[in-house]
Amino acid sequence: MANVLPPEFADLEPFADWAIPTERARYAKRIASSMDELQAFYDAAYPRLESSTEYLQQVSMDDIGEEDKHLLWLFCSLVTVAFPVEAWRQARVPDSGASSIDAVLEPAV
Amino acid sequence: MAHFTKPDEGSWTEHFKIGTEPISYEDSVSPEFYELERDAIFRRTWLNVGRVEQLPRKGSYFTKELDAARTSIVVVRGNDGEVRAFHNVCRHRGNKLVWNDYPREETSGFCRQFTCKYHAWRYSLEGELTFVQQEGEFFDLDKSDYGLVGVRAEVWEGFIFVNLDPENTTPLREYLGEFGKGIEGYPFDKLTQVHKYRAEIGSNWKLFIDAFAEFYHAPILHGGQYEPEERAKIQKYGYQALAYDVDGPHSLVSSWGGIAPPQEPKMVKPIERALRSGLFGPWDAPDIGLTTEQLPPAINPTRDPRWGMDSFVFFPNFMLLIWRPNWVLTYHYWPTSYNTHIFEGTAYFVPPKNAFERLQQELAVVSFKEYGLQDGNTLEATQTMLESGTVTDFPLCDQEILLRHLHNTAGQYVRDFQQRQAKPAAPSRS
Ligand code: FES
Ligand SMILES: [Fe+2]
Repeated sequence: MANVLPPEFADLEPFADWAIPTERARYAKRIASSMDELQAFYDAAYPRLESSTEYLQQVSMDDIGEEDKHLLWLFCSLVTVAFPVEAWRQARVPDSGASSIDAVLEPAV
Repeated sequence: MAHFTKPDEGSWTEHFKIGTEPISYEDSVSPEFYELERDAIFRRTWLNVGRVEQLPRKGSYFTKELDAARTSIVVVRGNDGEVRAFHNVCRHRGNKLVWNDYPREETSGFCRQFTCKYHAWRYSLEGELTFVQQEGEFFDLDKSDYGLVGVRAEVWEGFIFVNLDPENTTPLREYLGEFGKGIEGYPFDKLTQVHKYRAEIGSNWKLFIDAFAEFYHAPILHGGQYEPEERAKIQKYGYQALAYDVDGPHSLVSSWGGIAPPQEPKMVKPIERALRSGLFGPWDAPDIGLTTEQLPPAINPTRDPRWGMDSFVFFPNFMLLIWRPNWVLTYHYWPTSYNTHIFEGTAYFVPPKNAFERLQQELAVVSFKEYGLQDGNTLEATQTMLESGTVTDFPLCDQEILLRHLHNTAGQYVRDFQQRQAKPAAPSRS
């Protein structure tokens, strides 16, 4: 499969399926994943987020390219995955049962 | 965390003379009371239905289902640029005028006129009936008698409100009172990056306002936002607001700064350290043309340097949260029955300049959603047990003063309405 991320982030290509454009779909993938899967994605992506502040600050939202869009979406997935990994120790919010709060409007990118 | 000075009376609740006795939640479990609330509150007060940015040009419209007020409305920007609202009903035979696919779902878009799906009667953006199919078949039909039924609409600081009471004489700005006036000038128009969430909640509408109008629960229910050591400390201190205020039916809790940024990075979770953001918003505030000290007077009313956010409850169902790092959250609670409602949470940010800022905002909204799920999911459990009627009196503490005020206010509106209904009708003028 062709690479979708910027060349500097080629090491994250195995996790390119987390480059999902909407919050609703990112959350759906999170709750459909096992803790092992979430942990593996987190362990690979978190250090790259931590060391990429400057890179991300240079990506302007006005003319963001396709590869950087995918990188941004992948890190957006990391944001939602951080909750189970860092706090909840489970994919869902504790005691949230069947309840949901759904994104109905969000920025295009 | 600091403990803050209370009024001379020793408590906020006594200061505002709200009563300190345990309260009943009968108003949240009674179908009959809800029916009264629909007429006494939702058909009588100013309701916020959206913002002007949702109507960017002439002909932009959106619909809003106002089940509690027993109607659906369409809000539209006319050819003269004015924002108007109409009951969403065709004057011919009562079809819902504007909808797509599912008649009960809200919709939005752009049009030059409204055309009824049934027999193609047409209405201008200003609500006049402009076309009747086979007009000659009708009997003395004067089109000027059959315009859309208007709903009073006014705009405050870009927020569009409607009032369904044809007899209402209180202008919106007056209704919003001191808080409204004291917020004017806040640059809401600069906060155009919008994330909106929606949830169907299995509880009375007031119970979710209760959950968002006190932070007494925050260190406990939302302790997960802190690293464990920090959580233990925070739970030991508990929560105290900087200040509370009440103005007519509306109220305010002004809160300390929380963790944006934290005193020590190690207090917060790794993702927050990496993105310099969290539940309280991005730690680096964008420029909105005003410094924290220059904010309008109702915001951070005590001018405390430790201030972090203000949470205004505009009766009945609109909450406005203004955060120190220059972003805003709104909450709306739209009842659909005595024990169900639709919750909407909308975050407004200054548009991010780069991908890092975009991620900071994503962490703030996702945090809101995670902790909102914690708030929301306890409500169904509360509702069922309140309905069991096993316990009927509930003690509320001083940090829960806004809850007392909300339930008292709802009760007062219902009692006033009943009194007006009971009055013998005024002699009719012929
Ligand atoms: S009901 Fe609308 S045109 Fe007949
Ligand atoms: Fe909460």
